[in-house]
Parts: sequence; structure tokens; C-alpha cells
Amino acid sequence: MKDIDVIERSRAGARQKISARNVQVRYGHTAAIKNVSVDIAADTVTAFIGPSGCGKSTFLRCLNRMNDTIDTCRVTGEIRIDDEDIHDPKVDPVQLRAKVGMVFQKPNPFAKSIYDNVAYGPKIHGLARTKAELGDIVKVALEKAALWDEVKDRLDSPGTGLSGGQQQRLCIARAIATAPQVLLMDEPCSALDPIATAQIEELIHDLRRNYCVVIVTHSMQQAARISQKTAFFHLGSLVEYGDTDQVFTAPRDSRTESYITGRIG
Amino acid sequence: MIRNLDMAPSLPALVIGLAVLASFAAQMRARAASGGDLRNLASLPGPHGANAFLSVLVPAIASYAALSLVRLIGDRQGVELLSAHSVPVAVLVVAALGCGGAISVSTARFRARAAFEWWIKSLLIAAAAVAVLTTLGIVLSMLFEAVQFFQQYHWRDFFLSSKWSPNFRGNSALGILPLLWGTLYISFIALLLAVPVGLFAAIYLSEYAGRRMRNVAKPLIEILAGIPTIVYGLFALTTIGPVLRDYFAQPLGLGDSASSVMTAGLVMGIMLIPFVSSLSDDAINAVPQAMRDGSYALGATRSETIRQVVIPAALPGIMGAALLAASRAIGETMIVVLGAGAAARLSLNPLEAMTTITVKIVSQLTGDTDFASPETLVAFALGLTLFVFTLGLNVLALMIVRKYRERYE
Repeated sequence: MKDIDVIERSRAGARQKISARNVQVRYGHTAAIKNVSVDIAADTVTAFIGPSGCGKSTFLRCLNRMNDTIDTCRVTGEIRIDDEDIHDPKVDPVQLRAKVGMVFQKPNPFAKSIYDNVAYGPKIHGLARTKAELGDIVKVALEKAALWDEVKDRLDSPGTGLSGGQQQRLCIARAIATAPQVLLMDEPCSALDPIATAQIEELIHDLRRNYCVVIVTHSMQQAARISQKTAFFHLGSLVEYGDTDQVFTAPRDSRTESYITGRIG
Repeated sequence: MIRNLDMAPSLPALVIGLAVLASFAAQMRARAASGGDLRNLASLPGPHGANAFLSVLVPAIASYAALSLVRLIGDRQGVELLSAHSVPVAVLVVAALGCGGAISVSTARFRARAAFEWWIKSLLIAAAAVAVLTTLGIVLSMLFEAVQFFQQYHWRDFFLSSKWSPNFRGNSALGILPLLWGTLYISFIALLLAVPVGLFAAIYLSEYAGRRMRNVAKPLIEILAGIPTIVYGLFALTTIGPVLRDYFAQPLGLGDSASSVMTAGLVMGIMLIPFVSSLSDDAINAVPQAMRDGSYALGATRSETIRQVVIPAALPGIMGAALLAASRAIGETMIVVLGAGAAARLSLNPLEAMTTITVKIVSQLTGDTDFASPETLVAFALGLTLFVFTLGLNVLALMIVRKYRERYE
């Protein structure tokens, strides 16, 4: 196992975590994603950019099969995570989502206490054997989400009572608590002010060490700041995918150049 | 003008006539003042007319209401503060003053639109006041009669005695406890049926059912809510009661009466199912989809999401629904009359006939009644108790519902 890891690392620079081939998504009769193929590396922040309605969020939701919850949505093509086809009938989407965590555009804490918000995932997946263990998981998750110091004295107060930035970090802590390997983030800063945004960005930077982070963002500065790889989507297609530096300084496709210089979007 | 006295019955027609007259006159005056160009007016003729119309109508109605109240108070004190004939005259004077005043102010510079707004606001305030004052009036009228009752009958015997046997020749035992017990027992059984079934129906409809199923089932459940309670009572009398008697009460040796607490409770529960389900459905639908997505994204199943995320978030609304259902159950009469009978009894056996406060209020006030005897006046004391009870429940329910409404702002 270790040998393969080393070989892969040396070949591709980093181990591949997610590999998508010819992914198509249709909502009823409209195609939202057309033939997207992409490899996403572990221990890397990959940014999806593109104008509104280009399909980047839809594609992100394919990676943890969240699109299954929408009746009219049909996903075809192959998506492999750790070389396992996530559409295989043997794969339980519920288990998959424990492995592939997600943070949403608007902070969506549950109507529960801060502690219970974080403990929810570990509880349903049976990650803790004792109460003390559960407490540790919650503490570590809140620490990783850089929220522990702000809430440690009021873990019993409702999660909905926190500020927007704190709520979003609570949602990140909640996602981390189930020990996922991949963290999907759908515009996690779009509802936050610049200070909260900076805190989340710093957090994403740290998370990269342990997780494969995929982030959808509307802010190109943000993509440039936090990601190592960038994928540009346009009208449901993946137009360009490469190292972030290359995409922003020397885009190969004219549409990418138009978008990052502000001419389309 | 003296002849107006004979026309007192047609007072409404006269006032409306005056209002219409004022409306036309004010419009014509405004039109004349414009000198042919309506742009010279501060307000168009329309608002002038509307203002004049309300300037006659509203003060006339208000003065009629005020003078009638003065007469009522006078009658209660046994003095005639106002003669019946003076009221229409006074109202007509007020109307005429309004008419003259409105016509005379209709000049080019008069801002009739603003004046009309003022009238509209006054009307809306009046409508709100009617609701509030009526509540006050109901409480006061019940309070007066109840006070009379307690002057003749000791409150301790009323609230703490477990014997209810009214006797119209006097010497009655009028203890509320058997009635209160019957009320609470029947309501309890009703809620025991209605809250879980209603809640589960709401969960199914909002979380599991497809759109087509929902479109069929929701209106059907709401039809159930529209059936008059007397019809439910018939159902209790002809179906549920005999079935319970023949298949449960008699075989189990628990009695042989078709009317029982169980009969009324079950039928009342059926009546409340749509009520609970519709309100719970609203509460469940008010839980943001984002919250469910958050739970699914953590790898929760649908039932885990419902149990641990959706229901806790909707709980205040669901509790509000249950409390509103409880206050309806406590006030219900018809189902009890036909389902549980009229025997005041303190018993734990749910298959025995019992009765409730509302039923006894009706039976104390029907037939030959003498509004001075405690046997009749007790109805008001019962009514007041019931009112305080349900008011408390409603206030509690409203407080809970309000708290939950603020939650997802």
C-alpha cells in the first residue's frame, strides 16, 4: 500500500483522492454538467471557479451524492474516491457522506446546543464509546475549526445564537467531527464579512494538511489565496484545470482568461 | 324635524342618505373650486367625496354606540340617563354636523386624501377595538353572574366538593370536581389519540409523501377538519359507542353503557387529528431545508434527520399545536353530549359514562330557568372556570409559537 502511495506521489506530485470520468448531470431535461473529467489530489485545496450557474456547485454535490436528495436530478458517469466507485450499488450514500463531509453556502447549524451540533455526527456513526470520548471528539473538532476558545464556556447555548462567522466555523467543526477524508465547501464565505472570511480561509489553509479540500468560490482572489489547484467551469463544462498559479497567471483557454480578467461572469 | 321621531326605525337609511348627499356635495364643491382645471386642487374630487362620506357615517355610528352604552349603564343602575327617543335625534344631529362640516371644508386647498387616510386608520382601530372590547364584555358579563353565584353558594363547596346533584327545588350540591375530572379525562384520551396520529401524519406528508400523494391527502385531511362537531357526535352515538360497549365494556365486565369517556375521547381525538396534523405540518415545513441538508451531509439517514434535527427544530410549533388542540378539546360540547352522556361521576373506568363542564352549562341553562337561583347561576361560574382554563392554555400556546417564529429570522 505504502509503495503504491510513493509511486503515485512521485508520478502526480500528490496522491489522487477523487477521480471523475465523463460525469453528466441532468435536472429533468436540462443538462447542468456535461462530460466533466477531473482528478483531485489528497492533501490539497482544489478550487472550483466560474460564473453563476456554470455547474460548479452541482458537480461538488455529486462528490458526496447530495444530488440524490433531489428528485429530478440524474447523475451519470463514473466518480471514484480512493478507487471505489461511489455509484456502486454496494456503496451506501449515507456512509459515503460520513467520509466526504460538506460545508454549505449559508451556515446551517441545527436547532441544538453547540455541543450537540458537533456531537451529532459522531453519535449517529458510533465514533465514541464513552461520553468522555465524545467530549474529546467535540473538543478536537472545535479546536481544529478555531472555535474552541470562543465557545468553550457556553457549549450548552444554542448553535443558532452564534454570529455568522462562528456559525460557519461550527458547521466546519461539525463536518470535521465525523472524521471525513474529503471536505467539500460550497462558497463557505459568501455569507460572511471580511474578518470572518479571513478566519475561515486561514482555517482552510490548516485543514489542507489532513484533508482533501474542494471549495467552490465566487471570489477569484480567494481561489488564488487558498488553493493549489483550480478548475474553471463554464456553461456546465470543465474548461481548464491546473495549478492555481498557472491558471491565474497563464491561462491556456481564452474563456478562462476572459473570466479571470472580468470580461465574462 | 320633530317628525324624525316617527322615522326612528329608518335611522340607518337617513344617515346613509346624508352621507351620500355629503359625498356628492363635497365633490361638486371641489370641482367648482378647481375652476375647470383639476390640477388646481390639493386633492382630486374623489377623496373629497370619500372623506365627506366617512365624516358623516363614522361619527354617527360612533355616537350611536356611545349613547347606547350610556343607556345600558343607566338601565343597570336603574336610572334613565337618556330616553330611547333622544338617541336617534342626537345621532342625526351628529350626522348633520359631519355633513355640513365636510362640505364646508371641501375647498381647493383642502388635502382630502390625508383626511381620508385618517378616517381609514380610525376605522381599522375601531375594528380592532371591537375584538378587544368584546372579549372584555364577555369576561365582565360572566364575572357579574359568577359573583352573584358565589354570594349564594360558598366557593369552597363549588371548587372542592366532589358531589354534583343540582336540585331545582333548592339544596343542591354543586361541586365542580366531577365535571372537571370528566373534562380532563376525555380531553386526555382525545389528545392521546390526536397528537401522535396527527404528528405522524404530518411527518409522513411533509417528509415522505410525494407531491401527488400530498396533493390528494392534505385536502382530504382538511375536509375532516370542516365537519361540524355534531356530526362527529352522531358518529360517536351510532358507531363508536355501541362497538366499544359490545366488544370491550361488556366482555371485559367494565360496564354496559354505550356512552363513555372512551367513546367521547376517541371521537374527539379523531376530530382533532386534522387540526394537529395541519399545524404540525406548518411547523415542520418551516424548518429550513438547509438544516436537513446539513444532517444528510453528515451521513444521517432520513429517519435520523427527522427525529434528531427536524422534530427538535419544529418542537415549539408542534407543542403549540398540541396545546391549541387541548383547549379545543376542553371546550368541546356536542361530542360529549352524544358520546359520554350527562352523568356527573368521578371514576377511573374509561368505559363508564361521565360528563364535562360544557355539557352541564348547557343543561343548567335549558328549560325553565330562574336567573337568580344558584342552580342556574352556577353555569356562569362553570363558564368562567372553563374560560380561565382555556385562556391559560391559549396564552401558553401563543407564547410557544411566538418563540419559535423568532428562531429562524
